[in-house]
Amino acid sequence: ERSNLAGVRHILLVLSGKGGVGKSTISTELALSLWHSGKKVGILDVDLCGPSIPRMFRVQDNDVHQCDSGWVPVFVDQDKSISLMSIGFLLEKPDDAVVWRGPKKNALIKQFVADVAWGDLDFLIVDTPPGTSDEHISTVEALRPYKPLGAILVTTPQAVSVGDVRRELTFCKKTGLRVLGIVENMSGFVCPHCSECTNIFSKGGGEELAKHAGVPFLGCVPLDPQLSQSLEEGRDFIQEFPKSSAFPALAHIAQQILDGTSQRSS
Amino acid sequence: LVLVLSLSLPVADCPGTSSAEAGRAAACQGCPNQKLCAAGAAAPDPAEAAELRERLRSVKHTILVLSGKGGVGKSTFSALLAHGLAADEAKQVALLDIDICGPSIPKMMGLEGEQVHQSGSGWSPVYVEENLGVMSVGFLLSSPDDAVIWRGPKKNGLIKQFLRDVDWGEIDYLIVDTPPGTSDEHLSIVQYLSATRIDGAVIITTPQEVSLQDVRKEINFCHKVKLPIIGVVENMSGFICPKCKNESQIFPPTTGGAEKMCQNLNVSLLGKVPLDPQIAKSCDKGQSFLSEAPESPATSSYRNIIQRIKEYCDQHHFHEEKII
Repeated sequence: ERSNLAGVRHILLVLSGKGGVGKSTISTELALSLWHSGKKVGILDVDLCGPSIPRMFRVQDNDVHQCDSGWVPVFVDQDKSISLMSIGFLLEKPDDAVVWRGPKKNALIKQFVADVAWGDLDFLIVDTPPGTSDEHISTVEALRPYKPLGAILVTTPQAVSVGDVRRELTFCKKTGLRVLGIVENMSGFVCPHCSECTNIFSKGGGEELAKHAGVPFLGCVPLDPQLSQSLEEGRDFIQEFPKSSAFPALAHIAQQILDGTSQRSS
Repeated sequence: LVLVLSLSLPVADCPGTSSAEAGRAAACQGCPNQKLCAAGAAAPDPAEAAELRERLRSVKHTILVLSGKGGVGKSTFSALLAHGLAADEAKQVALLDIDICGPSIPKMMGLEGEQVHQSGSGWSPVYVEENLGVMSVGFLLSSPDDAVIWRGPKKNGLIKQFLRDVDWGEIDYLIVDTPPGTSDEHLSIVQYLSATRIDGAVIITTPQEVSLQDVRKEINFCHKVKLPIIGVVENMSGFICPKCKNESQIFPPTTGGAEKMCQNLNVSLLGKVPLDPQIAKSCDKGQSFLSEAPESPATSSYRNIIQRIKEYCDQHHFHEEKII
């Protein structure tokens, strides 16, 4: 019996020890960038308590259906080249809290990894909740046979975030997950009125961490209200705001991922 | 292992490993621990419950700082609440950090590198001031790179130890900083603190819908476990450019922000706090932002919120003598 992940060429995880640094944002924008480069992309959202992905694609009201091989992911576009799976689609009401202890979360994650009929994908991006606990252990264990490409770690510049991401790096080392690189998100804010740049969440911590840990630094993404707005409304930021300050950084991250995969196959 | 899960997820949650329903509720279907719970293996030890009650007997007020969402400023707020309440030297304040995977409190309180000492009466909290003691897993880790890669049950065990084995002494305010979500840590802390009385939860959010959608779940969690809600704090509420003084909504309140949510869900909005780069700096330095930037509009917002929380607790004054 062919596994549901057999048609997925590259699996990459988006991690951070820290909450609220932009894992789901980066997952979404990376998916959109890769899609605009002609790739078929899926996102698996294993944040069971705070599933952010459906709304970022404006499909939060969609349902999940079954097929012979398992669960059909939710398609975002007409061509079915962006697909999503999240617990968000399974909740009867969006405000319902999923108050589960570890074992029940683990059971659903195993199902998410094994039973979603992704079909052929170039990239499966796995968006995770913050931490180094049940979801992370279960996800990495379940994905291990499929040899993930690796993990992108997201941080914000300040020491309090970097402090948690250091621990996530240890998690990657201990579980044998390759670190593709670190992204420093919310790195500076350019005032739209006067262009003054303020480092609201400090600056440089992500880059320093990458250097200290000997992993690639994928870039700094600035704070951009247009990006926040796009995500709120589930719009395609990559298409709508190519002139925004965050666009070059996000495009560059996607390009590095693509370069990495073409190097691997050649 | 093939689990049959309906595609419309039943709302029913884990009834609690120590509840009478453990292993028997509808939500238990498909949970790997169902047999264990049904056999009563996870039932609470009455002696343990009594021990917790005894330990927490001298805690006058307990405040949980929650959010469904990560990165909205729970730890920042917990730290400032602790500083704010401890400004009254006559009050004894305890700050307990139960974020086991991402313990931010030691750094924010300027206590990085401190270790926990044991005495005859238990673990000693680490003191920032004479009247402000802190406990966190961060103090048990020897290196900043050490990761706590634990599943739920082990995390629960440590949280219990924090409550049972730490010699807090007589406390006026116990502030509990939590990780994001609605999972093991949250269920456990509510369960263990049922030995004492929780005044309520302060719920932190930022203005945008991506946060609010998680925070509504947290509010529902509070209702489910009968945890009173003191109110909601909206952090990162606007940014005033230091140069041109124009305001930008970096995290736009596209669905009405915390204000609308609080109206809809009938909870108190304790206040809104604007972004200030000095906040991140103070946290990183381990200094109290309230002392470092006394003139900042964010400081006045925080102080007003802390005052409202104090008043809420005073109204719900609780006698030391608890009925067992």
